[in-house]
Amino acid sequence: MSVRSRIFSAMQQIADDQKITLPRLQDDLTLHETGFDSLAFAILVARLEDDLGIDPFTSAEDAAFPSTIGEFVRAYENVPA
Amino acid sequence: MSPPEIFALRQYLGPELKGRTISDARHSVSLTDIIRHSYLIGRSRELSGRSVLLAASGQLLTALAMLELDGVAHRMLLCPPDLDPDRMQGLLEDAEIDAIVTDRPLHRCDDGRYLVVGIDLPERAAVGWKTERVTEWLMLTSGTSGLPKIVAHTLDGLAGAIIAEGPARNQNAIWATFYDIRRYGGLQIFLRAIIGCGSMVLSEPGEAVADYLARLQAARVTHISGTPSHWRKLLMSGAAANFSPRYVRLSGEIADQAVLDGLARAYPHASIGHAYASTEAGVGFAVDDGREGFPVDLIGPNRDGVEMKVVEGSLRIRSCRAARAYIGADAPALADAEGFVDTGDMVELRGERYHFVGRRGGIINIGGLKVHPEEVEAVINRHESVRMSRARSRRSPITGAIVVADVVLADGADAGRREAIRAEILDRCKGCLAAYKVPAVIRFVERLDVTEAGKLARADA
Repeated sequence: MSVRSRIFSAMQQIADDQKITLPRLQDDLTLHETGFDSLAFAILVARLEDDLGIDPFTSAEDAAFPSTIGEFVRAYENVPA
Repeated sequence: MSPPEIFALRQYLGPELKGRTISDARHSVSLTDIIRHSYLIGRSRELSGRSVLLAASGQLLTALAMLELDGVAHRMLLCPPDLDPDRMQGLLEDAEIDAIVTDRPLHRCDDGRYLVVGIDLPERAAVGWKTERVTEWLMLTSGTSGLPKIVAHTLDGLAGAIIAEGPARNQNAIWATFYDIRRYGGLQIFLRAIIGCGSMVLSEPGEAVADYLARLQAARVTHISGTPSHWRKLLMSGAAANFSPRYVRLSGEIADQAVLDGLARAYPHASIGHAYASTEAGVGFAVDDGREGFPVDLIGPNRDGVEMKVVEGSLRIRSCRAARAYIGADAPALADAEGFVDTGDMVELRGERYHFVGRRGGIINIGGLKVHPEEVEAVINRHESVRMSRARSRRSPITGAIVVADVVLADGADAGRREAIRAEILDRCKGCLAAYKVPAVIRFVERLDVTEAGKLARADA
């Protein structure tokens, strides 16, 4: 499974857990539009770290926080696992 | 020189009380005629009025030294087994120690500054001690928050709860504890055995639970205490059925409903109580109704000289059983101006009962929202397939921290159902905890570490 699909699958699971209805996930969707609050993102980042072995927002020196789904996915794709 | 009103352990060691013993895995010593013997070697007569470090390697010799020196020494410092040797010199200075009782060769301290007295089995003829003074009992806090501090008690305060209950209530009991008697919780049980005219079976470091239980059963132990972590370990051992105590006591950590119910199922004929005590505040109260938390009417003054109140969520205790002071240079005040000790244990009123929710220092901060790991563990532990759990903080780049949980499954839990169990645990957490308190990740582990003091190890606390 690609990094992108693992991220989307983790997001879907958290959305189900938190009774959030996710809009269709595409690159230009802003993170705000996903309906995720900061707790949901915190859970997502923790689960992805367990799944992929990386946390791009802590490991990078100049971690710029993404604002869209595309940027979020690229943050994971750009980190050598 | 022997005013009868001074309360010392010696008076509970009369030869008329037959068949009493104190034992560990290797030795058993009769308490019946112990007053006629001494276990001290060398210049033991000079210990009168001294400030004595009890540095015996094991609990049994420490117990024998306490029995001999209470009412004789000016003060006794109990030295727990896991004490960091680098801390020793500072403790000796803080406690103004001028004599050491030990069965070990001394390296660091043997420079003539201290009177060193040996201790060993078997006994010798008695020194003929008389109770001459109120001995100060010094012990160390468990150091869950920072370095251990020395607190000073008197026997009067230490035994306050035992005397208030009426020692005759447990007459001839045979006591045991998972604790080490050189700490407050274990010392309480030792004192119950002595003052209640009973016997005592000591724990051994590193002894397997099944071996310990076999020893308890062989010695016909009737009364036993430990922390909830100790008890969970026993329930997990598969050997719980090989033992049949009449009284089971929990203290030192939050006794949640799951462990109380687990013990009630394992020991249907025992009475099960949980007690609240701290090294500083002494024994606050005991609850015997089998339910977690404590009744709201315990708040306020009670007739046994214990007064409790809740301020800013934490339990405060003013008590004749509290320690008198912290000892040492720069020692902070133990109590506030009104004499209340802030226990740092946070409580929450739910209906007619207060529930412990955790330690003030152990709070996990999730983007400004506070979570006590213990409240999460209490929910997880209610799942029938869970034996014990630890909620902890995991750093998060988003919220600063999130809650994650490590879970040990009960014996017989089907490992193939792990994913189902995980989902059930999460469902229950969602059902009774705010969303930010629900663990973001649940990890199944084989075991969780328990500290020397019998408490769940909280590396991040």
